[in-house]
Amino acid sequence: MRELICISCPRGCHLKVDEKTLEVTGNSCPRGKIYGISEVTNPVRVVTSTVKIIGGESPRVSVKTDKPIAKGKIFDAMKLLNDVELKSPVNIGDVVLANILDTDVNIVVTKKM
Amino acid sequence: MIEHELVIIGGGPAGLSAAYGAYENGVRDILIIERDARLGGILNQCIHNGFGLHKFKEELTGPEYAQRYIDLVNQTNVKIKSDTMVLDLSKDKVLHCISAKDGYETIKAKAIILAMGCRERTRGAITIPGDRCAGIFTAGAAQKYCNIDGYLVGKKVVILGSGDIGLIMARRMVLEGATVAADVELCPYSNGLNRNVVQCLNDFDIPLYLSHTVTDIVADENDGRVQKVIISEVDENKKPIPGTEREIECDTLLLSVGLIPENELSQNAEIEIDPRTKGPIVYDNLETSVEGIFACGNVLQVHDLVDFVSMEAERAGKNVSEYLKNGEVNSTLIKVENKEQVGYTVPQYIRKDSTDEDAVQISFRVRSPMKNKRIVVEANGSELASFPRLNLAPAEMENIKISRDKLKDVDVIDISIKEMQK
Amino acid sequence: MSNSYDFIIIGCGITGSSIALELSKYEAKVLILESSNDVSMGTTKANSGIIHGGYDPKPGTLMARLNVEGSKLTKELAGILNFHYNQVGSLVVGSTESDHKIINELFTNGTTSKIPGLKLLKTKKEVHDLEPNLNPNFDYALFAPTAAVVAPWEECLAFAQTAVGNGAEIKLNAKVTSIKKEGDQYVVTASDEKYCGTNVINCAGTQADIVYKLALGKDSDKSFEIIPCKGEYYLLDKNQGNLVSHVIFQTPSAVGKGVLVAPTIHNNLIVGPNADYEVCSRNDTSTVQKNIEYVAQSAVRSVPGINFRENIRNFSGVRATLKDYDDFLIAESEYLPNFYNFAGIKSPGLSCGPAFGKELIRIMGNKFTFKANSSFKYYPLPIYFKELSDEEKVAAIKLDNRFGRVVCRCESITEGEIVRAMHSIIPGRTVDGIKRRTNAGMGRCQGGFCGPKVFDLIKKEFDLDAEDILFDRNGSNIVMAKTKGEK
Repeated sequence: MRELICISCPRGCHLKVDEKTLEVTGNSCPRGKIYGISEVTNPVRVVTSTVKIIGGESPRVSVKTDKPIAKGKIFDAMKLLNDVELKSPVNIGDVVLANILDTDVNIVVTKKM
Repeated sequence: MIEHELVIIGGGPAGLSAAYGAYENGVRDILIIERDARLGGILNQCIHNGFGLHKFKEELTGPEYAQRYIDLVNQTNVKIKSDTMVLDLSKDKVLHCISAKDGYETIKAKAIILAMGCRERTRGAITIPGDRCAGIFTAGAAQKYCNIDGYLVGKKVVILGSGDIGLIMARRMVLEGATVAADVELCPYSNGLNRNVVQCLNDFDIPLYLSHTVTDIVADENDGRVQKVIISEVDENKKPIPGTEREIECDTLLLSVGLIPENELSQNAEIEIDPRTKGPIVYDNLETSVEGIFACGNVLQVHDLVDFVSMEAERAGKNVSEYLKNGEVNSTLIKVENKEQVGYTVPQYIRKDSTDEDAVQISFRVRSPMKNKRIVVEANGSELASFPRLNLAPAEMENIKISRDKLKDVDVIDISIKEMQK
Repeated sequence: MSNSYDFIIIGCGITGSSIALELSKYEAKVLILESSNDVSMGTTKANSGIIHGGYDPKPGTLMARLNVEGSKLTKELAGILNFHYNQVGSLVVGSTESDHKIINELFTNGTTSKIPGLKLLKTKKEVHDLEPNLNPNFDYALFAPTAAVVAPWEECLAFAQTAVGNGAEIKLNAKVTSIKKEGDQYVVTASDEKYCGTNVINCAGTQADIVYKLALGKDSDKSFEIIPCKGEYYLLDKNQGNLVSHVIFQTPSAVGKGVLVAPTIHNNLIVGPNADYEVCSRNDTSTVQKNIEYVAQSAVRSVPGINFRENIRNFSGVRATLKDYDDFLIAESEYLPNFYNFAGIKSPGLSCGPAFGKELIRIMGNKFTFKANSSFKYYPLPIYFKELSDEEKVAAIKLDNRFGRVVCRCESITEGEIVRAMHSIIPGRTVDGIKRRTNAGMGRCQGGFCGPKVFDLIKKEFDLDAEDILFDRNGSNIVMAKTKGEK
């Protein structure tokens, strides 16, 4: 039995997950159940970061993974971001890198610049 | 002199939401004055997600949340003066502001909404002894250097304070290649959201030292930069326990030790400030002690979720439109008092004769974490309302609503935390 | 050596800069060698900022004579050079018989030294009418109306930049490593450069004995000894600044003037200092828990209502005291002709400031022909934008629209002022250097908001790499790398 804190929303429900049966208790909403199962089978995280940008009002623009990626791939994803250099203007949702690291996760812009 | 019906000081989430709320309720001459070159306030550097779950039912990053309101405001005729700083505000609602573009200007407003946000507590406020070298930053300043300007302020970091800003910066620094040796927290519990302890500390095996504080900062031999910090355990009075000192080598100390509402302009306008919140004392319609000046967002009370900032600010905008239509409400007042375990309340006063039909919203924070309690609203010894809560924590602002007909015959209401009833 | 100077001044704190200012009024080739990367980086940056009335030193001492002269000159120069100066007056307060006795002695001292306006307040009412927030027990006080508060780094900068404006040369990052006599000249080596001068003026503060020993060579045992003494302070929010309207001193003891409480020229409240001789090094400006606790406890004995939770900054400064000698040591060396020591400049050093230059002229007598520099002019500091009238503000922004962009929100300091300080006679190149010149970063958020902006402006104006920008002294680099692996 694993005890977890759900990170799906700021409530931070205290979950209990049976690692064998994958039964989840303690969640206040369905997303908590999904998180509980995922965390014990294949933990994933949304990664938020920045990339270089030219011609904008600042040298960096914020980006994120449009879906959570496997925890083990976070630092590889960060390395990929180092090679990116965008040119202003960019819009929220613009795809910076598609299907990173053999996943269907894209890096998208999160700030209009 | 330039004149506007409504001037909003601050173009962050509070100011934007207030403008939207005012416009939606019929105000058509609105000016937002924003000191930065772009709107969005502190959200521009809050590149992490967790915003918007209540307001938009989506998990957004700070800049995305800001853009939602910027888009809403752009669909209105709200005017924006950006890169403009309000230098002075007077009781009769005259502002002086300057900008590179328009120079020094005087603006008169019929109503004003204060939305200036807050600033970070400094090292001096908690009197950390030691050297005053480079490498000591507030977490927010380090966040700006990192997320806006693209600089890593240090490579081996210790963080003081486990509020959300400290937790978020722990993760941010690690993702950019630094190591975070420890997060040191004075209280016996973390002051940030549990989700952030998980995804910012636990995910990266960063130790969290509860009931500890930094008791010395030691510079390198050039006296130039931090070389190590000394942390000590503290007792129940938060005083360092001699003999518990340990050294942590680092080149950077980030301070996440609290936020203070930015009320200099409010004080210039002789607005009464509540020493508990450090924000203006307000009535239930969010109007301050000066007629026609309203306050919302972090300048009023430090919030933990921007969604609640927007809700509060939209209410302020709506209430301003009422004020502009119907003028000042003269009314007897109900005093709202905070009792056991409640640190403060906003509002501090409720107008009995308000024509607002909506329930009165009261926000507050508790003084320490508690489980299985009730929030109780009482007057003259009898309970007017009771709200059960499984978990209460100082890090999480509480909001309750109480209908106005329950308040018809009272002069003072107490908010307190009591045991669950059997 | 291509250049020979008439005067080589070692150290550009209040002593060195005052002497340079005075010398620049004459036809003389002056070189200032400063070991730090800016002026006023030592004791001058970190003290109480008080221009004392002058009743404290024993009449007949150098301290007494120069305090009276310096205090008058400081007031005149503040008006000419635009450094902030506020004549708040001071009270030495007491409550016991022994306090009364000491205060009476100070009054006698002051009368002998001809301090204007000194008055004894002999009742609780008189004392509390002037200062209602004092400890109610105080029933006796010496009131000195000529006491004032300044920002000592401003004063030092104003003196130094006038000297430089009138032809004095200044070398920063120039730590003196050797002083040799060659004929009638001194050859001073600093940062691998050799400088030649007829007269050497040692104003090296806490390092003055080290510098003197360099010159004495094998006679270094003839040098005086500097004992560094650290004093720690609180600087409190402006909302505490109205607690007192004068400088409040406790009755002095053998240890010194004790912990004072005073409004600053920025309307903050300054509290301190203690006197700690256990310093680790001459440059140790750390604050120590037990010392700052002592300062706070001592201060509330004078002003019980101080709210220390409104502290915005603790700092400490090290002053140079002399072993077994309680006056300034200002004299030509008896072993080295034309080598002048200004040593042990502890309190009331700042108050004597401009008098040091006059004293050098007096000591030198006709060893140097002081011919007036007919083209001498003062170089006043610029006025803060926020202190301009509305019309002047409008005009300033019209001339340079960067005066319309506020960078330091707490103190309302504009981009125009910050950039101007980067191009002044002695430019500010570090975040702290900009702070001392413009006030940006001195407010209640202590640079949390404006720090990154000032950093950015320094980077642009001087075209520096981000990793090279300094907080204050060399080695205080602010950022360590760029993100995203950018070089």
